[in-house]
Amino acid sequence: MKLAYWMYAGPAHIGILRVVSSFKNVHAIMHAPLGDDYFNVMRSMLERERDFTPVTASIVDRRVLARGSQEKVVENITLKDQQEKPDLILLTPTCTSSILQENLQNFVGRATYQANSNILLADVNHYRVNEFQAADRTFEQIVAFYLDKTTEKIQKTEKPSANILGIFTLGFHHQHDCREIYRLLTDLGIKINQIIPEGCFVTDLKKIPEAWFNIVPYREIGLMAAKYLENKYNMPYIARTPMGLVEIASWIREISKIVGKNYEKYIDKQTRFISQAAWFSRSIDCQNLTGKKTLVFGDATHAASMTKILAREMGINVCCAGTYCRNDADWFREQVQGFCDQVLITEDHTQVSNMIAQIEPAAIFGTQMERHVGKRLDIPCGVISAPIHIQNFPLSYRPFLGYEGTNQIADLVYNSFTLGMEDHLLEIFGGHDVKTVITKNLSTDENLTWNLQAQTELQKIPGFIRNRIKRNTEKFARSKQIKEITVEVMYAAKEALAN
Amino acid sequence: METLKFECETGNYHTFCPISCVSWLYQKISDSFFLVIGTKTCGYFLQNALGVMIFAEPRYAMAELEEGDISAQLHDFDELKRLCLQIQKDRNPSVIVWIGTCTTEIIKMDLEGMAPKIEEFIGRPIIVARANGLDYAFTQGEDTVLAAMVHRCPKYQKKSQVPPLVLFGSLPNTVAQQLTRELEYQGINISGWLPEAHYEELPELGAGVFVCGVHPFLSRTAITLMRRRKCQLIGAPFPIGPDGTRAWIEKICQVFNKTPKNLNERELNIWKNLKDYLSLVKSKSVFFMGDNLLEISLARFLIRCGMIVYEIGIPYMDKRFQASELKLLEKTCHEMNVAMPLIVEKPDNFNQIQRIRALKPDLVITGLAHSNPLEARGITTKWSVEFTFAQIHGFTNARDILELITRPLRRNNHLKDLGWSKLVV
Repeated sequence: MKLAYWMYAGPAHIGILRVVSSFKNVHAIMHAPLGDDYFNVMRSMLERERDFTPVTASIVDRRVLARGSQEKVVENITLKDQQEKPDLILLTPTCTSSILQENLQNFVGRATYQANSNILLADVNHYRVNEFQAADRTFEQIVAFYLDKTTEKIQKTEKPSANILGIFTLGFHHQHDCREIYRLLTDLGIKINQIIPEGCFVTDLKKIPEAWFNIVPYREIGLMAAKYLENKYNMPYIARTPMGLVEIASWIREISKIVGKNYEKYIDKQTRFISQAAWFSRSIDCQNLTGKKTLVFGDATHAASMTKILAREMGINVCCAGTYCRNDADWFREQVQGFCDQVLITEDHTQVSNMIAQIEPAAIFGTQMERHVGKRLDIPCGVISAPIHIQNFPLSYRPFLGYEGTNQIADLVYNSFTLGMEDHLLEIFGGHDVKTVITKNLSTDENLTWNLQAQTELQKIPGFIRNRIKRNTEKFARSKQIKEITVEVMYAAKEALAN
Repeated sequence: METLKFECETGNYHTFCPISCVSWLYQKISDSFFLVIGTKTCGYFLQNALGVMIFAEPRYAMAELEEGDISAQLHDFDELKRLCLQIQKDRNPSVIVWIGTCTTEIIKMDLEGMAPKIEEFIGRPIIVARANGLDYAFTQGEDTVLAAMVHRCPKYQKKSQVPPLVLFGSLPNTVAQQLTRELEYQGINISGWLPEAHYEELPELGAGVFVCGVHPFLSRTAITLMRRRKCQLIGAPFPIGPDGTRAWIEKICQVFNKTPKNLNERELNIWKNLKDYLSLVKSKSVFFMGDNLLEISLARFLIRCGMIVYEIGIPYMDKRFQASELKLLEKTCHEMNVAMPLIVEKPDNFNQIQRIRALKPDLVITGLAHSNPLEARGITTKWSVEFTFAQIHGFTNARDILELITRPLRRNNHLKDLGWSKLVV
């Protein structure tokens, strides 16, 4: 058992449902107790979906517990088959149903007799994999199911073409990223064969091998399918994420190797003149960001890409880069090596917030959780990765990938730091914050007192660094077992820190 | 004479998991700590459904079961003891409430058996409530917690001639205060609430104590109060809407042999103040898809407001506990001269959506899973969960109910000439 308040990645069935509801005309039947269909709320609210989420629960109640589901699941499948006529129904186990150890495969077999749709059982162990791993696996399972069935002869497209694997419902800025990749590929003269699974019919999956190669923009979901396609059809795939100028260039060069065209001129023009990010990092504004401390945390894809952008393209000091994708820890370490001072691999949000409190970065780039930690510590935060809230599903065009993505990221980074000039003015005029209350603190330890003189001294310190000085002084006092903080202690703390 | 019609469907409907009750109960009982013993699925639901609250260092947490717990490789007693010790050390609550979930049911974890031993070890009371999705829906979670708390209330010691009155149901402190005042005005003093703002203030219970519920979903608590603590239940309609509040007070007055003072004027005044809203809702039709058990009371109030209710979906219908409320609903229908609504227990959302398409009601009260899709099809909706979190009890808060109900209608008035009410192909 684990005491937990918050988790970064959801349970396995969320991943399965994200795959299912991204396809068109595919329905999921969850074998689940009442209330486990919360996914429908998330999809309807966060994505502001206009259509009913194609997920129904076949309710596991007390009676099912006593006698087994018997006809219930089969009836629910065949009913859904008649009502909605989907191409595929995916029976989705949940953490509850997986310990019931009913033979769900048997239900699938029986329902297949009676239904017109294809019926599959999601093949996932709830206690071993998380949302991303389950989505990755289910995605592969569906692709393999339809490709193994097909006997049609494969004919590659005449012109170079690609599939995009891994655009999902409830993904972080997926729709925008997809449009941006589409634009990029069109510029490169490459046709999009299929975008999977978002908006794709399973009946079209048999056309996948017609493309020349596959693109997997996000590591978390899509790699398994890409590897399956590589094994079976010898299709090459690109797993690099085109996020940030340097990575986009490498990404395009990988494509150039596959299609045999030279894109150097295009890369150069886009980098220097179409995207504003390269110019931004040379501009005077960005100079003020040089050496500022940040912490980056998120899924492996976004955290690694962001770390590289901050360190390599903007000269910002990434003190700590981390991810909650523990299964991908090795890849992550390798990616950020040399771009950050330390690496943090954890699923425990308190470890991340302690790290933030310890480093006291000038800005954080993380998930919604880090944004809230930032609020408590008065540190600005740019959200770069799931888990996310409704405000991270913007209506306007906000890609993170591609050349437009570099502009968006530059804005995000710049706006996250206190503006450079404002910084100087605050320092000169002693800050605009003259309130005496200084209570923001992550520690519950309140037995330190500040004497009057020390309090007055503290007030003289500009507002935006006052909290940091206060925390450092208290940290010092605690380490020296000092109960009352005087001006002398403050100076001693400052000296100790300087050494 | 026409009477109410009851139906029961498949039970394939959307609602919140009953563990969601921790979100309002931990706030209500300020010295408590809620430990939900379940899986990642439960945790994910809580963290998403309760949104921002999770960041305010809530006094609840998951005891997340891992594979070792499921396969009994780990000893659940030791594990729970370890977690409870940690909670005691970090938060020092007056009471720890264990919320049993579907998983603890299926693996038959003996929570009730372990609690007294761990309680003794850490020197803190541990209450066990099985608020799982196998047996209950949404608000019934509170019912299981309160029913478990009934056993912890001190024994009633007779002190005066007037028998004590204990109200049960969790309400925000201000609303509880308002209802207390209403009764005080009638000369009836409340001797306690279940729950109180602090665990240590739980009311005395025993033979001779009158109890009355404020929520329609508290049937287990009511039964436990009667059977286990020998309390006398006052079966009244629920104090939702001015009509409900009046009937509730009248019933209590009747039990305590008081002639209600000023009650008629009080109710009329409230209705007068609602005039602007009433003109908006008059003759509009409503469809309750059903997910929180407040449906009967709300429908009764809305019919009194002049609305027409087509269907009242409801997860679970306790005809005995809600008897007075059902009678008032019937009476209201006759008085307002409208057809009896159909009451559908354990509804089937798919069938309901077909009926909604056929009936085209002016307002559908439903969960968030269906709201946006219905709106996109030109059907106006109101999010049902808001009624559980808003203040809707008593005379004072009748306005808040209508504020919620009319919000989508007012929105429609603003946007009506723009010509894009249907937004799907």
